[in-house]
Amino acid sequence: MLTRRLNVWAPYNDLRREIDRLFDAFTGGDGGLVRSRAFPAVNVWEDGNNLFLEAELPGVAREDLEISAAGNELTIRGRRNPCQGENLVYHRQERGYGEFSRVLTLPVEVDTDKIEATLRDGVLTLTLPKAEAAKARKIEVKTAE
Amino acid sequence: MANESTIMEPTGKREGAMTQPEYIRGGRVYSPGVDIIELENELLLVADVPGARPEDVEIDYEQGMLTLHARVEPRRKGEDLDWLLYEYGVGDYYRSFQIGEAIDASKIEAEFKNGVLTVHLPKTEAARPRKIQVKVSS
Repeated sequence: MLTRRLNVWAPYNDLRREIDRLFDAFTGGDGGLVRSRAFPAVNVWEDGNNLFLEAELPGVAREDLEISAAGNELTIRGRRNPCQGENLVYHRQERGYGEFSRVLTLPVEVDTDKIEATLRDGVLTLTLPKAEAAKARKIEVKTAE
Repeated sequence: MANESTIMEPTGKREGAMTQPEYIRGGRVYSPGVDIIELENELLLVADVPGARPEDVEIDYEQGMLTLHARVEPRRKGEDLDWLLYEYGVGDYYRSFQIGEAIDASKIEAEFKNGVLTVHLPKTEAARPRKIQVKVSS
């Protein structure tokens, strides 16, 4: 059971986040550890029929975002534009810009024709229907007469 | 042009704290990443607040202190989900700045687009740069 095996790591993920947070406190949240993290950060969850993915992409316009999938590989690619204008004097610049792409290997094959994506208030949400073969099935146990 | 000390975070607050959550009203509170840009007649504060709705964003300016607070409710409330990856948390955004430059508080405006909040802080007349015409005495 792939699902169950993956969920074993849930407590580990909590721990890792906590460690990241502690590291952030030492490096000012600004150090190489943070910068080198894959962008965009994603949350992924599932039910019997679908995988769901959510990513925070503030300032990315819909036309600058491209999502593609093949088999169990999902690619999120896009661009965030810098502030427009002449003679901009930055007192502080914490928001990155430029091109990004992230490839995620999904735990199961998905039906790439039926992926739904919405982008609202800087949050991308994907619904990825599992391929028929990958769906959870209830097996009826027959009682022998 | 104003110098680096024009905009400061209150002392005791760590600068550049972009993702460190603190706990207020039971949920996590995140410090949004910001750009602060100076133009001739205004300061611009640009903050990443993905998932916030415009109506839930509060901006206060009092005695030189600018405070941003965006309430963000969990998007998956009460669901016991099977997480496969969990790389970021969801919660309120909060951050405040001490603005040294003279700002016309009555003209502060904010816009919101694609999860990015832009606050326009117009400089007071007195703080705007002026060109002084040098008269040639004949």
